[in-house]
Amino acid sequence: MAFVTANWNPLGDAFYRKVELYEMGWSLKDGLRECLVAAAPYGGPIALLKEPQRRSPSARPQLEIYSSSGVTMASFVWKSGVVKQLGWTVCDDLLCIQEDGTILIYDLFGNFKRHFSMGNEVGQSQVLEAKVFHSPYGTGVAIVTGASRFTLATNIDDLKLRRLPEVPGLQGAPPCWAVLTQDRQSKVLVANGADIFILDNAVCTPVNPPGLSPQATSIVHMCVSFSYKYLALFTDSGHVWMGSTDLKEKLSEVDTKVRNTPKQMAWCRRPKSREPSVVIMWDRHLLVVGVCKDTIPYHLDDDSVLVPELDGVRIVNGTHHELLQEVPAACEEIFKIASMAPGALLLEALKEYEKESQKADEYLREIKEQNLLGEAVRQCVEAAGHEQEAETQKTLLRAASFGKCFLSNFSPEPQVCMCRDLRVLNAVRDYTVGIPLTHMQFRQMTVRVLIDRLVYRKLYPLAIEICRYLKTPEYQGVSRVLKHWACCKVQQKEEADENIARAISLKLGEAAGISYSEIATKAYECGRTELAIKLLEFEPRSGEQVPLLLKIKRSQLALSKAIESGDTDLVYTVVTYLKNEMNRGDFFMTLRNQPVALSLYRQLTEEEMRLLRFQRRLEEEKGECLLGFSLHDTISTLLSLGLHKHAEQLYKEFRVPDKRYWWLKLTALAEKEDWEELEKFAKSKKSPIGYLPFVEVCVKRQNKYEAKKYVSKVTLDQKVKAHLSVGDLEGAADAAIERRNEGEIGAVLSRCSPATDRALVERLNRAKATAAKK
Amino acid sequence: MAAHLSYGRVNLNILREAARKELREFLDKCAGSKAIVWDEYLTGPFGLIAQYSLLKEHEVEKMFTLKGGRVPPADVKNIIFFVRPRLELMDIIAENVISEEKLPAPREAHILFVPRRSLLCEQRLKEQGVLNSFTNIDEYILDLIPYDGDLLSMESESAFRECYLENDQTSLFHTAKGLMTLQALYGTIPQIFGKGECARHVANMMLRMKREFAGSQNQILPVFDTLLLLDRNVDLLTPLATQLTYEGLIDEIYGITNGYVKLPPEKFAQKKPGEGGKDLPTEPKKLQLNSAEELYAEIRDKNFNAVGAALSKKAKIISAAFEERHNAKTVGEIKNFVSQLPHMQAARSSLANHTSVAELIKDITSAFEPFSLPLFHTSSYKNFKPISGDNLSSESFFDNLTVEQEFMTGVDTDKINTYIEDCIAQKDPLIKILRLVCMQSVCNNGLKQKVLDYYKREILQTYGYEHILTLNNLEKVGLLKPQTTTRNNYPTIRKTLKLWMEDANEQNPNDISYVYSGYAPLSVRLTQVLARPGWRSIEEVLKMLPGPHFEERQQLPSGLHKKRQQGENRTTLVFFLGGVTYAEIAALRFLSQMEDGGTEYIIATTKLINGTSWVKSLMDRPEAQIL
Repeated sequence: MAFVTANWNPLGDAFYRKVELYEMGWSLKDGLRECLVAAAPYGGPIALLKEPQRRSPSARPQLEIYSSSGVTMASFVWKSGVVKQLGWTVCDDLLCIQEDGTILIYDLFGNFKRHFSMGNEVGQSQVLEAKVFHSPYGTGVAIVTGASRFTLATNIDDLKLRRLPEVPGLQGAPPCWAVLTQDRQSKVLVANGADIFILDNAVCTPVNPPGLSPQATSIVHMCVSFSYKYLALFTDSGHVWMGSTDLKEKLSEVDTKVRNTPKQMAWCRRPKSREPSVVIMWDRHLLVVGVCKDTIPYHLDDDSVLVPELDGVRIVNGTHHELLQEVPAACEEIFKIASMAPGALLLEALKEYEKESQKADEYLREIKEQNLLGEAVRQCVEAAGHEQEAETQKTLLRAASFGKCFLSNFSPEPQVCMCRDLRVLNAVRDYTVGIPLTHMQFRQMTVRVLIDRLVYRKLYPLAIEICRYLKTPEYQGVSRVLKHWACCKVQQKEEADENIARAISLKLGEAAGISYSEIATKAYECGRTELAIKLLEFEPRSGEQVPLLLKIKRSQLALSKAIESGDTDLVYTVVTYLKNEMNRGDFFMTLRNQPVALSLYRQLTEEEMRLLRFQRRLEEEKGECLLGFSLHDTISTLLSLGLHKHAEQLYKEFRVPDKRYWWLKLTALAEKEDWEELEKFAKSKKSPIGYLPFVEVCVKRQNKYEAKKYVSKVTLDQKVKAHLSVGDLEGAADAAIERRNEGEIGAVLSRCSPATDRALVERLNRAKATAAKK
Repeated sequence: MAAHLSYGRVNLNILREAARKELREFLDKCAGSKAIVWDEYLTGPFGLIAQYSLLKEHEVEKMFTLKGGRVPPADVKNIIFFVRPRLELMDIIAENVISEEKLPAPREAHILFVPRRSLLCEQRLKEQGVLNSFTNIDEYILDLIPYDGDLLSMESESAFRECYLENDQTSLFHTAKGLMTLQALYGTIPQIFGKGECARHVANMMLRMKREFAGSQNQILPVFDTLLLLDRNVDLLTPLATQLTYEGLIDEIYGITNGYVKLPPEKFAQKKPGEGGKDLPTEPKKLQLNSAEELYAEIRDKNFNAVGAALSKKAKIISAAFEERHNAKTVGEIKNFVSQLPHMQAARSSLANHTSVAELIKDITSAFEPFSLPLFHTSSYKNFKPISGDNLSSESFFDNLTVEQEFMTGVDTDKINTYIEDCIAQKDPLIKILRLVCMQSVCNNGLKQKVLDYYKREILQTYGYEHILTLNNLEKVGLLKPQTTTRNNYPTIRKTLKLWMEDANEQNPNDISYVYSGYAPLSVRLTQVLARPGWRSIEEVLKMLPGPHFEERQQLPSGLHKKRQQGENRTTLVFFLGGVTYAEIAALRFLSQMEDGGTEYIIATTKLINGTSWVKSLMDRPEAQIL
């Protein structure tokens, strides 16, 4: 703690500090000498290709991939062509750009993924130099060929090669160039002698940096800031020009007094930087050149590489990994010697308090009197975020919570968040993980991306721990990690299908929103069809499941899954597919599912045939077309035509029940108004349907006279109804009274009119009363 | 316009608004003036979502009915086809589009599939070579349509047939989707109960879909506590019985479609003094029936025998209100009276309408306890003439009811029934016969082979052999079946669930059995028992009914667990898969209103049915024999 400011150097109104991140875990014989190095921003991995130019088969170069802390992740002999440049994509894939314009992509563990070419014409002229750059559209590559032409691809995942216009007078490789993203377009800025050009899709425009010192005869180095907003140019006269990339504004120009061409140059600034600077590296010499024209020289012990970051520059050499940055304001306020800032006082107060000294109270009072305790707490929390040392972080956070004790209504949110973030950051900064993220970088890259990074490194348990700790929604967090884990798992060729399927289902269990079809697709791509099918069993979305099943030619299974889903459209998809795939016979066999006809139906069908035969015969004999009539309608028609014999024949042949036949005949005769025949029929034998139907049918035909003939034959329990339907109130009343039935008496009463049937009404009412008594 | 949807326990207007919003969005996608070409079947359900005014606001200038040939001329930029995904409709659309393209200035064509687009249909359009002629092909997911304040229907006419007969479970998929939409708007339903194969299937799909959405947690405080999914085939009996509530009878006799009923116009003739009703209107009278009408809301669910009293009470109140004008002395009082006039006049016309409807129904049902209609003057009985030839005349209505009640109480269900025999002999409407025979079969847990074969032969001989398909259908869905065991478990079910209540009080009901004057609908009993004391008490009976019964729980994010206030009712959504009758709805409303009920019910279904429409949906070539 006491030496917090030991590595601070003033620059203008601010300080710069160089903090050690790691002592590198690798052991490199010659350090970084004669190495192609690519280190990804945001504490990403480092790739080394030793002696890339050596091409004899006996001593092929070695490609090595390390974490930022120098832990080996992959190492293999490079067997392909001559590599001009290495670079990392935003997804932590390694790009190896070869002399012939082919770009090979490897994952973090050195597994080859794919390759693509920067165009055929590159082949002959060869790649002289290449740069990998990042933009909102993804990872891009720019190359310059032996023919001095630039080719650019903005996004390697959606490859569109753009050959940029020629640069006038350029021979061979330009002395220096850079890629920048402006107005949603990637452009190349190239220097040729003292001239600078901007190359975009269509034109090559000469530009003039305002106020560039006239001593310079050529621009030998340039660099663009992390945000693409600022440009620095280094001239052969040893001047550094700093300005905006649109070349409209000059920020400063400084004479470094060094005329050698720098090895590397990088902007060192942070959002809201007070004293931005450009870091220039020569062989053993590093110079921080502030816009304010102040400089800080550093000596370098070893060959080093500068890695520009959002809020500083990392310096990697054969043994160490350091971070050079402007000291954040909050840290400066607190740690600057003799600072009286509220945060500094609060830290003092804490120290005194821990010593059990009353001075604690004095310091506190001093802050409170100025009403700055809130500010003090905020400073401590913020400063904690900028410190790398866990001890320093803790002290500052303790100071913050100490100060917070004396505040009311102070939101604990920022402090809690900071504690949580720092815990995650310390975990990933750990030597074994080796992602030296600053808090500012972490906030910029988001948790989601951090989780991705961990997943790419197969650090699944840590990723899951972090998701759980930060309470990331399962869908974006744990489930996603598990899916990646499973995708990785299915590629382990040595394990049996069953074991993998079991392990996956066990681990993924009920985790929400897992896309099993993605995992299955991966398995299928690795040639593990059976495993893919097993995994698809777990896929909840049939819409995902079924197409893949069809793809792997499991149409039966696809069909049953589609049916299970209940989504008819999905079923049709499969059926249409089947129809195209199978021959007709098989197709119908698959779909066939006909129940066997029941025996009664067979019988009845035979009956129907007999009826049809009868109807045809009748047509021939009598000219009556009854074809298609039901048996009922046939008999009924026969009766109304007077063809009683024929009707009789059907009645017997088809074993028509007596009751129905009587109804039929009764209705038919009444419709014909053949009252004589009806009376004969009624007397032919005892009616199986009783005689009320006779009464009713006659009434329906408006023939009360005929109806009355049958009333006396009606059984007692239907008599009231019969009398009523012929309109004989007296008769109905008699019957009802005789039966002493309250309901029936009521029914008769309801038909009586109080005016005309007074006597009857009285009689009925009396009977009703007695019936009710009973 | 749809205020009645928001009065209930659950504001179903949210659902309607969501549906309207989506409709507006689609209409706006087709910029410029437009004409809609309707699949006629859809106009009814759409009427419940949006009136013409909404369409007009979005530049719909003309509406046509979909038919062959070409779309009639209209000076519009777009033609939008609103159709169900049916192949036969695709052919018509193709014809329309092809002739449109021959015009010098063809209009832009769009299709809106309701409720879902379908691959097969698109393929058919492709085969016809018109698929690329459409600027927009979209789907309008109209699964659950708010029908009334407590009622949702999918209006999927053939859902029962598809699920139980044709084994096509598309409608169940739509049901599950609809329930997901509902949950998106009203929160995850924590408890799901169900009985029946289809219920199980829907619940499975819902759980599956939930997993598919996993990650996007629903943060809405759940409105529904419980979802109960009931298969129609768990209770095949209820729809067969004649409904005896006011609304149920209107539906039984005249049929309610999409909230409207068409009635014979005679009784609605405006009698002006001196005219004596010379010119009787010939157009059927169309009435809208929903709870927006105060009087209707009051009487719809009453047993018809209690409707008369209610109407006469209302009549007195209204005339008393009109009498008030004599008491109005001061200007203020008169003003007050006048301000109430529109409301009173609406009430009076509503009363007049329903008195007429009740009279119409009474003409048909009057033998069914004639003395319980005090409103109707005894003299009106004199005017009553059984309409000859009308098979639903009072006698037959009463006899029919008697037989139904005999079956439901288990009288002679194992024998050939004389009444059915007589009805067949007189060739009464086939559907009536089928309802009765099916009911006997259901109440006897299947008919003896001899009895069943007898009925079948009678029916086929009388109505024609082609009905063999219909009978086969009825057998497949279990409405008609041979007895497989000698044991008839219906009496056990009836007794355990108290399906028959001897002393049903029609005027002041104390039990749901009033809706069928004695019979308590099985489905509603199951619902009632679930709420209290729980299904565990009736395990035995549940096992006798077809299909599995189950319970599922859906996890709620912490913080959404409801803290129930004391005395606050639970809300249960009862979903009838395969249809629900108005009488069942009435019974559930009765349960909601019971003071110590503790549960309020919202009802959802694939389709509002009655025995006739239901059996008709199972018939093959049904159009031939409704006569």
